[in-house]
Amino acid sequence: MWRYVLRRLLQAVPVFIGTTLLIYAMVFALPGDPIQALAGDKPIPENVLQTLRERYNLNDPLLVQYGKYMWGLLQGNLGENYTGQKVSEMLSGRWTVTAQLAVTAWLFELALGLLLGVWAGLRRGRLADTLVLGGTTLLIAVPVFVLGYTAQILLGLHWKVFPTAGTDDGWPMSYLLPGMVLGSLGLSYVARLTRTSLAENLRADYVRTANAKGLSRARVVGRHALRNSLIPVVTYLGVDFGSLMGGAVVTEGIFNLPGIGQQVFQSIQLKEGPVVVGAVTVLVLIFLLVNLLVDLLYGFLDPRIRYE
Amino acid sequence: MKTDEPGVPGPEPAVAAAEPAAAALAVAGGEIGRASLWDDAWRDLRRRWVFWASAVFLALVAVMAAVPRLFTSKGVNEGCDPNSAKLGPSGGHWFGTDLAGCDYYAHVVHGARPTLLIGVAVTLFAFAIALVFGMLAGYYGGLLDALVARITDVFFGLPFVLGATVILVAFPSHGVGAMTLVLVLLGWTTMIRIMRGQVISVRDADYVQAARLLGASDARIMARHILPNALAPVIVVATLNVGNVIAGEATLDFLGVGLQYPQVSWGLQLNQAKDAFVDHPHLLVFPAVLLSATVLSFLMLGDAVRDALDPKLR
Repeated sequence: MWRYVLRRLLQAVPVFIGTTLLIYAMVFALPGDPIQALAGDKPIPENVLQTLRERYNLNDPLLVQYGKYMWGLLQGNLGENYTGQKVSEMLSGRWTVTAQLAVTAWLFELALGLLLGVWAGLRRGRLADTLVLGGTTLLIAVPVFVLGYTAQILLGLHWKVFPTAGTDDGWPMSYLLPGMVLGSLGLSYVARLTRTSLAENLRADYVRTANAKGLSRARVVGRHALRNSLIPVVTYLGVDFGSLMGGAVVTEGIFNLPGIGQQVFQSIQLKEGPVVVGAVTVLVLIFLLVNLLVDLLYGFLDPRIRYE
Repeated sequence: MKTDEPGVPGPEPAVAAAEPAAAALAVAGGEIGRASLWDDAWRDLRRRWVFWASAVFLALVAVMAAVPRLFTSKGVNEGCDPNSAKLGPSGGHWFGTDLAGCDYYAHVVHGARPTLLIGVAVTLFAFAIALVFGMLAGYYGGLLDALVARITDVFFGLPFVLGATVILVAFPSHGVGAMTLVLVLLGWTTMIRIMRGQVISVRDADYVQAARLLGASDARIMARHILPNALAPVIVVATLNVGNVIAGEATLDFLGVGLQYPQVSWGLQLNQAKDAFVDHPHLLVFPAVLLSATVLSFLMLGDAVRDALDPKLR
């Protein structure tokens, strides 16, 4: 078990380095001099320019810059902005917003997705199944910003069921509607995966055995069929948590939530490289860790899976 | 407690019984009569109304993209009258007018081309990458496979919207070409993973061993034996992918980092009108409905093809 965890962590290292280097190189390739951008059109004295470039390692080749950045990261230092603000400070308040939003969306897709999936899976080929399949396909097809604006106008503005925008009402009220919008795509995939997987497993021999033993329907479905059906669902939920953290740019924008996505989006346009790299690095770390957790969950769900 | 599982309604049991036999034949490499997997899938597809509904709608959008003049006599920004901006739908302007007083219907019609072009082009490029590198990596394994798998992991971990924004801000102009490039760069990973998995699961099959014993070259084994048997799931994902790419492209347009003003696309229209949605909902409804219906058609097409190709999922 621990050897497996160690091996997986070691495998994650090259992926982590590759992804961060890629982001670093892409941000590095952004046009325009970030130091010159500080002063707008005014000229900067040569010695000031040089001092600042030196301070932010901008005179080094890309790989050396990246190496210095990584070295700082290992010591828990996300670096600082070109105006001297610490990146970790700029992001700290925003992580809470993004995390609250992502968790709301994730819980929503987990709970409702599983419920709909089990409902449809148990009634395959009947009305419930058709309804769930049709409804989820529709949800996948409508782009999230269309869904967001429609929900905001109808549920927020006209019917006043939820707050329209902002974080004034705190968690959970302010995050319910954005969470549902953000989680709608995942909800559809969770429901469909659960439905297909459960319907397939209900035909398996071990389900027939469990039925023959005289176990109750609830136990057969809940403990035998469903638990085994959850592996693809858990895989999806794991991968999706990472993308919920990073993919909330649109939802945060529509509902005016000051989260990580908005910050990074603005920073890209302001050419604040350190902020972009810092935030994306943390996002990639979360993504890799959640994937490792998911792999460890497999053994719990399906006892046949062993880690060596 | 009895199980009610075998009670699948309707004519499906007969079909389900016939298909695996044909599929098994196809997997075994036989072409007895016309009972290949693809023939069976086509026969099955023809009977589905979902398939025809999406195919007809997509054909309509494709004609709209190819010859917009069939649908509207107006050019993209022709006959705009700022005095009649943001009008609701009427006889003169079926979809109303936009913020600059241009005919919204003409805009929506012209918006089909970039949207569809990018969706299809990105998927074709990603499909080609998946086909070549997925095949080589899966077939030869070893260092090449490890390399391809790791590079795929690296790109798979990138957040889509943020990654695309970083690249697009670096491009001086975002035309259809640049958008295609960016979406390929961030979207090629799904198909190659599936292709590689398929090739690995097929490459040690008996019929491949048999072909190798008979002295077939690697190229021939890959092209004639592995490819046809590994292709089906990749084609399904490719169909679904067109819809996802279109939605992704619209999202980037909507955020303002995708296609830029003189161009038209549904996502861009929604971007330009987003501050007026509340008072003028028609600005949201028409492009959104066409966009969603197009994505939906690709998704349903993909679902129908999957069901036809894989009778097990029924």
